[in-house]
Amino acid sequence: MPRAIALVDCNNFYVSCERVFQPKLEGKPVVVLSNNDGCVVSRSQEAKDLGLKMAVPWYQMKDIAKRHGIVALSSNYSLYADLSNRVMSLLSCFSPGQEVYSIDESFLELTGIPTEHTAYGQQIRETVRQCIGIPVCVGIAPSKTLAKLANHVSKNTPRFGSVCDFNSMSATELDTLLASIAVGEVWGVGRHTVPKLQEIGIHSVLDLKRAPAKRLGARFSIVFERIVEELNGSACLKLDDIAPAKQQVTCSRSFGMPTSSLPDLEEAVISYATRAGEKLRQQRSMAGGIHVYIRTNPHKGSDPQYQPGILIPLVEPTDDTRLFCRAALHGLRQIYRSGYAYQKAGVTLTQIIPAAARPNTLFDDVTARQKSHALMSAMDRINNRMGSGTLKLLGEGMHQSWAMRGGNRSKRYTTEWDELAVCQG
Amino acid sequence: MANLAFSNPARRAAHSALLSLTHPNKTMFERQRALLRKAVPAGFPSPADDYVERRLSLDEHLIQHRESTFFMRVAGHSMRDLGIFDGDLLVVDRSVPATHGCVVVAVIDGEFTVKQLLYTPQGKVLRAAHPDYPEVTITAEHDFSIWGVVQWNVHRL
Repeated sequence: MPRAIALVDCNNFYVSCERVFQPKLEGKPVVVLSNNDGCVVSRSQEAKDLGLKMAVPWYQMKDIAKRHGIVALSSNYSLYADLSNRVMSLLSCFSPGQEVYSIDESFLELTGIPTEHTAYGQQIRETVRQCIGIPVCVGIAPSKTLAKLANHVSKNTPRFGSVCDFNSMSATELDTLLASIAVGEVWGVGRHTVPKLQEIGIHSVLDLKRAPAKRLGARFSIVFERIVEELNGSACLKLDDIAPAKQQVTCSRSFGMPTSSLPDLEEAVISYATRAGEKLRQQRSMAGGIHVYIRTNPHKGSDPQYQPGILIPLVEPTDDTRLFCRAALHGLRQIYRSGYAYQKAGVTLTQIIPAAARPNTLFDDVTARQKSHALMSAMDRINNRMGSGTLKLLGEGMHQSWAMRGGNRSKRYTTEWDELAVCQG
Repeated sequence: MANLAFSNPARRAAHSALLSLTHPNKTMFERQRALLRKAVPAGFPSPADDYVERRLSLDEHLIQHRESTFFMRVAGHSMRDLGIFDGDLLVVDRSVPATHGCVVVAVIDGEFTVKQLLYTPQGKVLRAAHPDYPEVTITAEHDFSIWGVVQWNVHRL
């Protein structure tokens, strides 16, 4: 039985989420902006057709937006996360094996599914569209790397009707197709590698597929050996049912307004450290260090620039928010200089280990550790049940005047009672 | 206390009979006291321990498909005669097929509306449940789609 792996990818996910609850945005050019309305992070097809690019600072595009009546929305992550969970849960019904790869992509194991796979892909598409209202594309192939490419083809070649199954093509048909795709589209081939590949005559995906795996592996990195094998149809990458624990846990955000006040920055850093601590405990890990940074706005070249960061090692691995906050504040006070307009701060927990693998140390205070564990789990449980931020360290501040402002954020239609969509009765 | 109103009159009648069984005056406080009384000191296992079951959950009752069910708020009086009032909370399932006579949330020219859906020889018709609101026959001019099917209406008394 040939291996069949599907990659299901939501089209223009953030914009599509917005359209579920604002159907009047259908057919209009729409973009979603990053935290604090910085850059474009999602574009509708109409916006792409107007030539709007990803990751471009929004203020540089205000004129063209005005001219074409482009709707720009602040990001509404509560909505995107909920709809993503719904999509992923729905997709899990279609296969015994699923790997949720990102907020809008999931691999599904289709090997052994007796329905013809293109039809099955259409069924997946139709179900997600009907049940949640999100359009998806499906790529099917014998390896994850090829499934990614099949998905790319399904999105960009209308004749496939949004589902593309490489397994259903003849070898020559597939090779002709791969010859028409630039090598940069291959999963794992970075932007910086493309020119180097072109130098040795590898331009298309087909060129890479036919390249000698071993020699490429020796020349670039071992990863290339695997990529070439995957392109030739042997699945080297497994489907990970459970996302591996992250090696870094980060929380960083831009401020609603630039600030140069240390108390503001302290509040921000404490709340980011708190959030990072929650994420860390969710994946049952501990961290041995914390990195803190603050930034002025790099797009405002006329302002004095200062972008410091510092890594504070912790005495021993921990998952206690209070220790993270203490270390983060210690770091912040060392790097802070007055007189700069700071626009962003961030906290990264590093040297992460599974909580179960924490080594015992000479100065372990078992009672204190048990107390810390009890306190943190009580805090997490309360915040889970009563809403995040119900119980917090006072240092986070009560008003958070620096907090992110999404000027044009849509309602949190699925997670807040007083923000439900309204229908005319 | 919230009451549940139904678009189907028979179901509505059956349900109000059910509701009259619950005692409206039993306050949260009394129920909590009842729970506290059960906290027996260790060493005296409660004879009811073997019978502890999960308490009923309205979510379970009102939501058949978790992934495709959404809540919406009603604004307006056009569905009054089917028991849907201004400010009510609709439980809408997108996965259910919209059959003749069911109450749907539809999108008409980009706006959400809740109406009864009819399939007629002239085409789809959206019917209000209030004499002041005329029927709308869907034509090619309309930008029309069905968003979901209303399964329940939650109405506060």
